[in-house]
Amino acid sequence: MLFLLLATPFIAALIVALAHRAPRRLIGWLAALAPLVGLALLLPFTGAVLDGEVPRAQLPWAEQVGLVLDVRLDGLAWLFALMVLTIGVLVVMYARYYLSSKDSAPRFFAYLLLFMGAMLGMVLAGNLLMLVVFWELTSISSFLLIGFWSYREDAREGARMALAITGGGGLALLAGVLMIGRVVGSYDLDVVLASGDLIRNSELYPYILTLVLLGIFTKSAQFPFHFWLPHAMAAPTPVSAYLHSATMVKAGVFLLARLYPILAGTDLFFYVVSSVGAITLLVGAWLAIFQHDLKGLLAYSTISHLGLITLLFGLSTPLAVVAGLFHIVNHATFKASLFMAAGIIDHETGTRDMRRLGNLRRYMPFTSALAIIAALAMAGVPLLNGFLSKEMFFAQALEIEGHATMRMVMTIAAVLASVFAVAYSLRFVHDTFFGKGPRALEDDPHEPPRWMKIPVEVLVVACLAVGIAPGLTIAPGLTAAASGVLGDALPEFSISLWHGFNLPLLMSFIGLAGGIALYFVLRRLFNIHAIVRESLGRRIFFFNVERLYVLANRFTRAIANGSVQRSLMLLVVVAIVLAAAPYVGNFALPPMPELTTLPLLGWIGWFVMVVGTIATLALYRQRLRAVIVIGAVGLMVSLTFVYLSAPDLALTQLLVEIVTVCLLLLALNYLPKESIPERSLLRRWRDIAIAVAAGAGVAGLAYAVMTRPSQTIAWELLQRSLPEAYGSNVVNVILVDFRGFDTWGEIVVFGIAGLIVHALLKRSRMAPEEKVEGPPVLLPMAADLSQVLFPLALTVSIYLFLRGHNAPGGGFIAGLVLVVPLLLQYIIQGMKSVERCLGFDYVRCIGLGWLIAALTGLIPILLGFPFLTSGHIEPHLPLLGEIPLSSAIGFDIGVYLAVFGGAMLILSTMGGIRPSLTRQTYRATITRPDPALFRGVRR
Amino acid sequence: MEFALASAIGVLVAAGVYLLLRARSFDVILGLTLLSYATNLLIFSAGRLVPGKPPVLRPGVEPTLANYVDPLPQALVLTAIVIAFAMTAVVVVLAMRGRADNRVDHVDGSESKERDR
Repeated sequence: MLFLLLATPFIAALIVALAHRAPRRLIGWLAALAPLVGLALLLPFTGAVLDGEVPRAQLPWAEQVGLVLDVRLDGLAWLFALMVLTIGVLVVMYARYYLSSKDSAPRFFAYLLLFMGAMLGMVLAGNLLMLVVFWELTSISSFLLIGFWSYREDAREGARMALAITGGGGLALLAGVLMIGRVVGSYDLDVVLASGDLIRNSELYPYILTLVLLGIFTKSAQFPFHFWLPHAMAAPTPVSAYLHSATMVKAGVFLLARLYPILAGTDLFFYVVSSVGAITLLVGAWLAIFQHDLKGLLAYSTISHLGLITLLFGLSTPLAVVAGLFHIVNHATFKASLFMAAGIIDHETGTRDMRRLGNLRRYMPFTSALAIIAALAMAGVPLLNGFLSKEMFFAQALEIEGHATMRMVMTIAAVLASVFAVAYSLRFVHDTFFGKGPRALEDDPHEPPRWMKIPVEVLVVACLAVGIAPGLTIAPGLTAAASGVLGDALPEFSISLWHGFNLPLLMSFIGLAGGIALYFVLRRLFNIHAIVRESLGRRIFFFNVERLYVLANRFTRAIANGSVQRSLMLLVVVAIVLAAAPYVGNFALPPMPELTTLPLLGWIGWFVMVVGTIATLALYRQRLRAVIVIGAVGLMVSLTFVYLSAPDLALTQLLVEIVTVCLLLLALNYLPKESIPERSLLRRWRDIAIAVAAGAGVAGLAYAVMTRPSQTIAWELLQRSLPEAYGSNVVNVILVDFRGFDTWGEIVVFGIAGLIVHALLKRSRMAPEEKVEGPPVLLPMAADLSQVLFPLALTVSIYLFLRGHNAPGGGFIAGLVLVVPLLLQYIIQGMKSVERCLGFDYVRCIGLGWLIAALTGLIPILLGFPFLTSGHIEPHLPLLGEIPLSSAIGFDIGVYLAVFGGAMLILSTMGGIRPSLTRQTYRATITRPDPALFRGVRR
Repeated sequence: MEFALASAIGVLVAAGVYLLLRARSFDVILGLTLLSYATNLLIFSAGRLVPGKPPVLRPGVEPTLANYVDPLPQALVLTAIVIAFAMTAVVVVLAMRGRADNRVDHVDGSESKERDR
């Protein structure tokens, strides 16, 4: 049930994203269904949570690192989940009418639901690592939402900035959480929350606190990281209403509440958190007064309110925590409704600039009334919810114990902030709904569609209900949430409208009067409309980003200047240096080991290999000869495998050698026949030195490996091969069974290489180096012969494949065996005729191979065994007798098809390149060879 | 025997590295081919050199290392050989496209970057 709650938004996001052809109305409903279902799943738990129970569900995820999918619903999680889902419903409803017909609704709702899921996952996490995972997911999904109008420069910039700041904070948080895990020894939230003393007394505490706070402050837009939030206002307004009032920015303060039991209680926490909160509170509120954009004003006001919440948690008293939680809920309600109202105004008038707005109460009286009420809540006017939490804040500021200076400072800050808050709320109301205007609008604004107003109405009613009767509405939920944070230390508290004439009430009145005075004084003294501020944070941010780019570019240029030759050289040199470093001053020759002797035939093979290699080196500029000589070297490698008990390798090497030579010859058709001699002698000697060093090093390494006693797990592979994988060719058993997953990866790589070749050559046109005039030359070989050869090769291939599990052979070898005769067909009969004959699509062949291999791997999972477990039957067939069949043969069929398809795809595409349209050849046209050479050949 | 194989590997690496450092794409491909031979032999040699004991189980012979060679490096090398072919193909095609699009077969994409020529 809890997992379903968490999964609902993600499932809905997928459905909405896939249903992009559905009508917009349906998509809106589908999207709204997710939070509604979520609420239906959440509400049955209400009773239990309010009684102090903690419903929980766990699933292993990556247990090796301590990551568990752990859904834990305590009071705090419940309150936040409720908020996320309820406001989610309203925002979806609102967005349905807000989005214009040009915006892609499925994309928007899919992102929004993704974000909702991420947020739910974060608040419900019962494991710190899981919390971090979903935390990052909120950063990423909010990036997508802020940049939703990706054609707009400011949207892209805002999205990048938000991602850089919150993502960077996320990394700090991850580090902090890992440290917590190190101190506590577990990421389980119950265990962690119970180890408060352990963490506070640990040496790592200052680092943990700093890192976690960095995460929190960046996410919740605290000073000096606050500047991303105003730029995130480039997002569509429903996004701002959701992310930047109720959810995303609340993630930071949520985490502050979540980790409050383990982080709070020290002077460091008290001073850092409360002073950062206080600065943010004041800076945000002051700057909010001077915004001209409705959403900009709301953004700075949000920053200020987040500062207030942070400050409350920083005060570290139980009642302050209750006030902080209370204000989180209150702020979410009034700010979401204000954002929605701003969106409506934007929607109806086409502008959000307060310098052009005014007098809107004449045009849209109902919306105006709603927005005014919400703005009054923001200002903290009595009878509204904002008033109550602000009063609690004043009371707490006055009650700071033990830090007399802090009490003074905080009290003054509280009153000042209250003055500013009243001033900017007044500006919001006065500039928009009263006075003269609106100016320069295209058409007369009027009330929005009914469904766009309903969410605002619901939220404003909530503001009023909480403000008038807090005991009946919010108190039980708040108690549950606070006990989720404070546990048994929960104090007795009562939220009510009237506490008698006391100091907080007086402060409220000072704030109200001061704010009104400030606004009108500012209006009178300055032309408030003329003040244009540029965000300093943005300038610093971009200055730093620019510097980072410059640094990165310089670094890149220093190590890679675009020359592959140079990079390769550096690569080899670095490898040599790194490999040699451990031996410096530490080199001892091992005692002379007993060597095995090599028979004369072996030395002949060695001689051919070495001479072949040197000949390749000598002839490399005459490319055709070099290819032939290198083939001889490959052949010797293959013979080495034969001699040293590796029949499978020998076969593979032989076949690969054939196809590689074909490949190189095909390539030579389009590359120069000779290399230009290099003039720089110095460079050649340098390269010779590097090459000799590398060769000597690797030779020494090989020698050292071979002369040491071997420590291997091979005995186990040998012993388990027959009883567990039912095969006696152990190499093949390793490939298709013991390490089948690796092999699966390898055939995927092989297939991808084939597809790359296909993609690079399919549409390209190239001029060959040289061109033979006239029709293709007849080859001195009967075409019929190849016709006979092919079925024969097919038989051999299938034979090798079938016996592969028990004798040398198998999918890799059989696939390559089939390639060689087919290649011959291509050469003799020509590409078109072969492909007409066979009608084969190699791309599909690769895909089919992958599919078969994956399916045979997956079937055991369905039966409850690990991936790629072998089954075994021995059917008794007439005539053939008992045939041992292992299920790994299915996997090997996949390998067979993928290797065959990949190799053929590579060779056939390379052979079938279309001629260039612009030029015939690079070099010359060679005259046709004398037909007499091929006399006696019939076609 | 160990000495012979080690020295052969050394020669292959030296030749491979020298060709790898050349300026022309095809020469680099030849170098890579030689290097892949050397690497495969090196990995293979980690299973030690044992003639005449292929890791194919025979009935009646106990499956121990006394009777069979280590099969694991062989399995690793087998896929390495096939993948090496695929990678060679990709590099070859890159070289061809580079030649067709840049009009030169220099690995840097143009002659100008080669300073000491």
